[in-house]
Amino acid sequence: MTEVDKHGSRPQNLGAFEREPEKQDEEKPKQGMIARYCSLIFGGTKSLLTGMKVTIFTFLNPKSTVTQQYPENKDTLEMKERFRGQVIMPHNEDGEHNCTACTLCEKACPNGSINVLPTKNIAGKKILGKYIYRLDTCTICALCVEACPFDAIRMGQDFELATLNKDSLELVLNKKEGRWKS
Amino acid sequence: MDLVSAQVPAGFPETHPNELTEEFYLNMGPQHPATHGVLRLVVKLDGETVKGVVPHLGYIHRSIEKMAESETYVQNIHLTDRLDYLSCHMNNLCLCMAVEKGANIGVPERGEYIRIMICELQRLQSHLLWWATFGMDLGALTAFLYGFDQREQITDIFEDVCGARLTMNYFRPGGSYCDVPDTFIPRVKAVLEGMEKSLDEYADLVGGNMIIQERCQGIGVLTKEKAISYGCSGPVARAAGVDYDVRRDDPYGIYDRFDFDVPLGKNGDCYDRYTVRIEEMRQSMRILEQCIKEMPSEGPYRSKIKTVIKIPEGHSYANVETARGLFGTYIVSDNKPKPYRLKYRSPNFSNVNIIDEVAKGFKVADLVTVLATLDPVIPDIDR
Ligand code: SF4
Ligand code: SF4
Repeated sequence: MTEVDKHGSRPQNLGAFEREPEKQDEEKPKQGMIARYCSLIFGGTKSLLTGMKVTIFTFLNPKSTVTQQYPENKDTLEMKERFRGQVIMPHNEDGEHNCTACTLCEKACPNGSINVLPTKNIAGKKILGKYIYRLDTCTICALCVEACPFDAIRMGQDFELATLNKDSLELVLNKKEGRWKS
Repeated sequence: MDLVSAQVPAGFPETHPNELTEEFYLNMGPQHPATHGVLRLVVKLDGETVKGVVPHLGYIHRSIEKMAESETYVQNIHLTDRLDYLSCHMNNLCLCMAVEKGANIGVPERGEYIRIMICELQRLQSHLLWWATFGMDLGALTAFLYGFDQREQITDIFEDVCGARLTMNYFRPGGSYCDVPDTFIPRVKAVLEGMEKSLDEYADLVGGNMIIQERCQGIGVLTKEKAISYGCSGPVARAAGVDYDVRRDDPYGIYDRFDFDVPLGKNGDCYDRYTVRIEEMRQSMRILEQCIKEMPSEGPYRSKIKTVIKIPEGHSYANVETARGLFGTYIVSDNKPKPYRLKYRSPNFSNVNIIDEVAKGFKVADLVTVLATLDPVIPDIDR
């Protein structure tokens, strides 16, 4: 009984994908192999040097690099005008904002990150009580800013939003109740 | 031997161990840098030779398709960013086109040009990132930095246009949510000029390098038949000789106005996949150049639509060519603001499943090359 028979028929797929390049090389005359070996070494060195030319050019011309030294350049860092950071609510000098508590932003938000809690002023008119914004579930999609008809909220320019305390991600955006133009 | 056969992971056919060699199973990933995300490959090895690969998916499943049913169409757009995050403009576009088809919304001329230009820039950006990580996977870290240098300029354009660098959420049904700034066209021109020079540099650095060529040529051969039967698309299928590009064969938007070629590979090996992608970058640049010439400088960028978009009862389908292949969106609607069912067809799922056919018989190091040239983006597979 042969080795193979002991285990039944040998499965077809075993070794079916093995290539046999060594055998072909053996059949070739030895000189061809050496020539190929040498041409590989010289060709490889040449192509490596071609690549090094590019690297050395950049090394000798530091102006051609675009690396920014963050955070050392923090003071001179220029933000793009449309950059989307966290949602902010701009206030004027008196600490008043533009929100009418219409809750359109709350409806537009896909993640339920905004809760607008309205209240009533002395005249019985609906005003904004608390504007709760949860940064942890916000995906910075700017749909709320797009939905707001009064331009009361905007996307901020701050991008260093990491914090150690998860509770600090639930923010109240308005500084006081009511609105400046009511 | 009993130990080995007792540990055969799910997905492998039962094997009869050969007494002469010892076969064993190796987990590659889910935390492997070459898998570009959380992809786990169970590799069956015989020494250094790969005998079989089974991809285990689902590590980053977020049930985006189910979530889609509880969000309106516009809210859904920001979720498509999170599928293939390197083609997010194209994904946005695909969902918007499906909604436009269903709700019968048109797009103004300037809006169409903005869309095409942004999408082609994204293709460039994605291929640049692929080129960078391809070098890194093969051990050439220099390429990584050069690729990112050029990619950064395109990312800056996106930041100028929509304020985000990765999760764009820019297109809306009927156009896009804001117009491009005045600096857009000059900056695109600058990028195109820089790209011409860079592509030559890339050929010097990686493409012409003998070591890279030896590691890619004849490795990971995918035949045309296999590519078709597995449903591969994009550069992977075109490198195998499948002459199909959605932009040319099923033109969406205004792609039928542009003159561009669809590069094809001959052997379907890793080097063909490399050259096809490099050539695709050149074709994208050609489209961008034509766009710059023909784009109207005035006009609306978005058609006026209702705030709440409702699609009449029925279904609509749209597909686009992302940087990785055919991406499709299928919407079944019941005349409500939210979809009844939303299905995404992702190119990466099909592309990564051929890895067993492609990598079998080669060495472990070649598996990394194959994975790098298949260029999968994992969040797109799991959704
Ligand atoms: S940016 Fe998007 S996720 Fe964040 S609060 Fe606004 S709508 Fe909600
Ligand atoms: S922020 Fe704007 S949309 Fe939101 S409640 Fe205030 S006014 Fe309405």
